[in-house]
Amino acid sequence: MLEKALQFALNGLMAGTVLAVPAIGLTMIYAVLRFVNFSVASHMAVGAFAGYILNVWLGLPAYLAIFGALIGAAAVGVASDHVGLRLLRGQSALTLAIASIAVNIMLESTIRFFFGSSPRDYAIPLQRDWVIGAFKIGPQQLENVVIAVVAMAFLFLFLSLTITGKAMRAVADNPMLADSKGIDPDHMARLAIGIGMGLAGVGGMLVGLDTSIDPQVGFRAILSVFAAAVVGGLGSVPGAVVGGLAIGLAEELSLLALPATYKSVVGFLAIVLILTLRPSGLLGART
Amino acid sequence: MTSYLTAMATFGAIYAILALGLNVMWGMAGMVNLGIVGFYGFGAYISALLTVNGHTPIALGFLAAMVGTAIMSALVTLGLTRLRDDYLAIVTLGFAEAVRIIAENEIWLTKGTDGISGIPQPLKSTLGPDFNLAYLVFCLVVLAIVLFVLERVRTSPFGRVLRAIREDPQVAAFAGKDVLKFKVKAFAIGGAVAGLAGALYAHYSSYIVPEIYVPLLTIYIFLALTAGGIGNNWGAVIGAFVVVFFLESTRFLIGVIPWFSAEQLAALREFLIGLGLLVVLLFRPRGLLAEQRPRLVGRAP
Repeated sequence: MLEKALQFALNGLMAGTVLAVPAIGLTMIYAVLRFVNFSVASHMAVGAFAGYILNVWLGLPAYLAIFGALIGAAAVGVASDHVGLRLLRGQSALTLAIASIAVNIMLESTIRFFFGSSPRDYAIPLQRDWVIGAFKIGPQQLENVVIAVVAMAFLFLFLSLTITGKAMRAVADNPMLADSKGIDPDHMARLAIGIGMGLAGVGGMLVGLDTSIDPQVGFRAILSVFAAAVVGGLGSVPGAVVGGLAIGLAEELSLLALPATYKSVVGFLAIVLILTLRPSGLLGART
Repeated sequence: MTSYLTAMATFGAIYAILALGLNVMWGMAGMVNLGIVGFYGFGAYISALLTVNGHTPIALGFLAAMVGTAIMSALVTLGLTRLRDDYLAIVTLGFAEAVRIIAENEIWLTKGTDGISGIPQPLKSTLGPDFNLAYLVFCLVVLAIVLFVLERVRTSPFGRVLRAIREDPQVAAFAGKDVLKFKVKAFAIGGAVAGLAGALYAHYSSYIVPEIYVPLLTIYIFLALTAGGIGNNWGAVIGAFVVVFFLESTRFLIGVIPWFSAEQLAALREFLIGLGLLVVLLFRPRGLLAEQRPRLVGRAP
């Protein structure tokens, strides 16, 4: 029993690391634009399919195809924002959130139009799980974790070392002050969406590498992604990492007591719990 | 053709009732409910389970669907009404998904993905082939009653307080209104209406299955309400019929394009729904019928 729990905990930490990537995407967009962008779900799918094209059609290995997921989702994110949500800036956060759901449906149905909705697999070698002591680790899982950690490391370096990264944090902190310092809010918004949706795309492909992909690959994960971002504190990038790990752990450990189909209900319960007890999330400051 | 039109009108009436339920929560009290489909499904399952497993009269099923969904709505909002809009959106979306997942998995109760069949249809044996038309009339009568009651609610002092809370909860609280209580009540009323719509559907189709209650249905209702006019009860009704008409006409329109597969056509329709919602938000955010605000007495300075 204890061994089983530890194995689940290990799986949870790995799943949580992957989950943190799209959660950071969501939380970054929230930090700069101040609304919950539901189209993160479809951008996860966009990334997953962009990676699929490179991986299956062009034969690139997964760790290279992931760049396609990043760039594809970032490009679609910036484009869909430019022709859609951008025109609604200044409206209430709720209007924008609902509009982002409309965008989500449009992107998801576009993918469905071209790729159908039956599940597809990436071309990755079937590998036997490594057995280390009492634990089992899938090599692909480990690769996914490494990709996720590298992506997050680059993001943290960008946010803490570059001028642009600092400017973005300034906008997230205090948009008026940032504006008065001459930081172009439109530029920052575009950048946040590009990076955020790019990360969502990476997350979508990583989730797909672990299972399979179809147009709803992002939507199925979206409650967990929201849970990670909300538990960590919406708008806080480190919070999304902590939240991702917490939700990953909670979801996997729930398998001790519940069937696997209830995983996303665990995410939902975590959201309700944290919002009742500590609405600003674990690391969030703003209410 | 007549039976097709009857069926579409019935759907229009049921969606209109659902949109009216959403209008109480979102339009009047300003609390978004992205999980309206969950409340709709909850009501449908309550009535179906009671009448199929418990063999209770259909009327009791309807009543229980309304009361049960109202209680559920109150419980869902109780701890959460202080939340900002965007959090409420996430929580309600999650609620609907939770309802669907539970309905899929608690097979002992809900028969899982097989769904519940043989839900009794009122007076089906007496009416025979006239059932569909009679049920349409029944739905329209229910719709008229709900519309009448909710119009009364909207213009009552209670409705005014809801509007005040929607515009600024702090000011409403300052004026001595128990904001939390009003919000829970509004959600409960809206939930009861959604549960009623759910029961109406269950006893019409006689068969329910979890996959009916997907988020896309919520989007239909959101489109109905935003297109019709948020905050306007008549707008909700008109919007619902417009959406059903839109859905069906796209079915015909893209039905004449021969080179797409059924899957692609379904995707195209979904795309159009999304586009429709976006276009309404961009170009006509107040809907076809804008909310009628009570006139101010006197002249503005």
